[in-house]
Amino acid sequence: MRVGKIARTLTATRGRNHWDWTDWASYLYLCLGVLVMFGPVLWLGLSSLKSPTGLIEFPPSLLPTEPIRVAVPGYPAPLPLYRVTKGEHAGQTLAEIRRIGLQATMVDPVVPGTTIRVPVEDRAKVTRVHVAWDNYTDLLGKFAFGRYLWNSVFITVVATIITLLVNSMAAFALSKYHFPGREPIFLMMLATLMIPPTIILVPNYLIAATLGLTDNPWGVIWPAVATPTGVFLLRQYMLTLPDDLLEAARMDNASEWRIYWRIVLPLSAPALAVLAIFSVMWRWNEFLWPMVVLSRGESFTLPLALNSFQGELTTQWNYLLAMTIVTLIPVTVIFALLQRYITQGIASAGVK
Amino acid sequence: MTGRLAAALFGAIMNIPERPMRWAQNRLRDGRLGWLFVAPNLAVFAIFTFLPILIDFYYAGTGGTALLPSERPWIGGENFASLLDCQNYLDPNSCARDQFWHGVWNTLGFVTLQVSLMLLFSLLTALVLNREIIGRSFFRAVFFYPVLLSPVVVALIWKWILQRDGLLNAGMLGLGADPVNWLLDARWAFGWTVFVSIWAHMGFYTLILLAGLQAIPADIYEAAAMDAAPAGRVFRRITLPLLMPSLVVVLVLGLIRAVQIFDEVYVLTGGGPGTATTYLVQFIYNTGFASQVRQYGLAAAASLLLAGVLLILTLVQLRGMRAKGDARG
Repeated sequence: MRVGKIARTLTATRGRNHWDWTDWASYLYLCLGVLVMFGPVLWLGLSSLKSPTGLIEFPPSLLPTEPIRVAVPGYPAPLPLYRVTKGEHAGQTLAEIRRIGLQATMVDPVVPGTTIRVPVEDRAKVTRVHVAWDNYTDLLGKFAFGRYLWNSVFITVVATIITLLVNSMAAFALSKYHFPGREPIFLMMLATLMIPPTIILVPNYLIAATLGLTDNPWGVIWPAVATPTGVFLLRQYMLTLPDDLLEAARMDNASEWRIYWRIVLPLSAPALAVLAIFSVMWRWNEFLWPMVVLSRGESFTLPLALNSFQGELTTQWNYLLAMTIVTLIPVTVIFALLQRYITQGIASAGVK
Repeated sequence: MTGRLAAALFGAIMNIPERPMRWAQNRLRDGRLGWLFVAPNLAVFAIFTFLPILIDFYYAGTGGTALLPSERPWIGGENFASLLDCQNYLDPNSCARDQFWHGVWNTLGFVTLQVSLMLLFSLLTALVLNREIIGRSFFRAVFFYPVLLSPVVVALIWKWILQRDGLLNAGMLGLGADPVNWLLDARWAFGWTVFVSIWAHMGFYTLILLAGLQAIPADIYEAAAMDAAPAGRVFRRITLPLLMPSLVVVLVLGLIRAVQIFDEVYVLTGGGPGTATTYLVQFIYNTGFASQVRQYGLAAAASLLLAGVLLILTLVQLRGMRAKGDARG
C-alpha cells in the first residue's frame, strides 16, 4: 500500500518506536475532532430520549432521567424522593410532601408518621434513567408524520430509479456510439454543472406551475433527475467496458436496447451503485427547491416538516428531536454500511 | 424469492421499449440511435435548466407580481437599476434595496471567513489523517459524517445546543461565565453560521485534500529524509507545492458553495437577528417566494447578478483544473 509507505517514511524520520510530541498533538486533535464532529449528534440522540420535563431541565443531565416517586401511606399521590446532603438528616432519602419558599416539608417513607423540614438547597433529587420512547411512538399518531416519511421515501426512491435509468441511457450512447452531435451534447451536459439550481429558482417555479407540478412530488422529482455528474460518472465507467462484448451480442442479433439493459447496465453496477448512493443522499436531504415547489402541508418531505415544526412547536422539542433523529437514521445507516464506496467515490470524482 | 421477483419485474419493465426501439434501430443508421438514448436526459436539461436560464433573463426585465410571463409588463433594466441604486455602496441603508446590499455584504464577510477557516481546518485534518494513525478510517469517517446530514438536521442539531437553556450555556455556567443568547446576538449569530457551515462541509474538502496528499509519490519524501531535511522545509518545499492543485480545487469549490449558502442558515437563524445573517440566496428566496408581494422580476435580476459571480468563479476553477492536469503531466 502506497499510503502506508508514505506514512512509514514520514514517521521513520522521527524514529519508529517512540512517540514524539507531534503524535500526541495528532491524537489530541483527532479526539477533539470526534467530540466536536460527533458529540452534537450524540447529544441530539440522547436528548431525543428525554421527556418534556427532562428537556427543560437546566443545566441538562447527560442521560434521560426521571424523578423517582414513591407511594407513602397516608398521602394520595406518589411523592418525589430526595437525598438530603447536609444537616442532621444528611444521607437519608426522604419524600417531599410540599415545598414552601426555600423550605420543604418531607417525610421518611419508612416512618410516615413524622414530618421533617429541610432547606431546599440541602437536598438533591433522586432520579433514575428513564427513556421516553413515546417521543418516537407518538410521532406516527401526531402531525401526520407517516405522511412526511412516505413523501420523502417516495421522492427518494422514485427519483433515484429515474436518475439511474435516464443517466445510464445517456451515458451508454455517449460512450458506445459515434453519432453526429455527440461531442456538443456531452459538453452541453457538462456545462449545466455551471448553472446551480439556486439561480434558476424563479423560472423553474414558473415551469413547475405551468406543468401542474406544484404541490406534487413529481415537481420535486423531475427537475433534478438529469444530473451532469451522473452522466459523467457513468460515461467514464462505460468507456472502460470492452466493445467486443457488444459486438458479440450484435452477432447474436440482440437489439441495441437489449444490449443496453442486458449487458452494459449489469456490467456498470459499481458506477451505478455510487450514483445511487449519491442520488439517495441528495434527494433525502434536498431543501430549498422542495420548499419552493411544495407549499401544502400534506405534500411536505421530512426536512420541510422539520423546518415548519421548528417554527411552530417551539415547546414540543421532544417530538422535534425525535423527528430529527428519524430523518438522519437512513443516511447514517447507508454511511455505516457503504462508507468505503462513498469516500472513494468522492475522492475519485470530486462530486458531492 | 423477492430477489427473483424483482428481477422478473425489472425484466418485464425493461422489455417494454424493446419493439419501438428495434423499429427505430432499423431506421436510424450510423449510431444515430444514440439520439434516442440521450433524448430523455436532454429533455429534462432543456426544460429544467436551459429554458429557465432564458426565462430568467426575460423575468429580470419585467415588473409586477404575476407569475405568467405574458402578464408581466416589460420594464427593461429597471430591476437591475433599483438593485444597484445606492448612495454609498458600503452602507446598505443608503440603497434603494437595502436588503439586497445587506445580503451582499453579509455574504462577502461570510465567504471570506468561512472559506479561509474551512481551508485551514480541512488542510490540518488531512495532514493529521495522512500520518500513521491508529484507526484512521474511523477518524476519517467521523470528520466526514456531517457532510451527509440534511442541512435542516444540521441546523436543528446546533439550534438545540445553542438555545438559551442549551448544552453550551450549561457549559458556560459550569465555567463560571454568563449564559449568552448565541443566536439572538448579531455578532455571535454570524459567527455561528460560519462555524456550523464549516462543521457541516469540511469533511468533504478534507477528503479531497487527503486524496491529494496520498497521491504525492513516497520517493520524494524518501529523498528528503535521505538529505535529513527538517519537517518544516519538507512541508513548504514538497507537500505544499505538490498539493497546490488540490488546494485550488478546494478553494474554488468552497467559494462557489459558500456564495450560495442558504439551507442551514435559513433554519438556524432565519436570517436574523435583523439582517445579520441574511445572505444573498435568502434575499432571492424572500423576494421571490416568502414575502406577501412576490417580486419575481427582482429575484430573477438578483439571481443573474449571482450567476455572474458564479460564472467568474467557475472559470477560475476550470483554469485551476487545467493547472492540476498539467501538474500531473
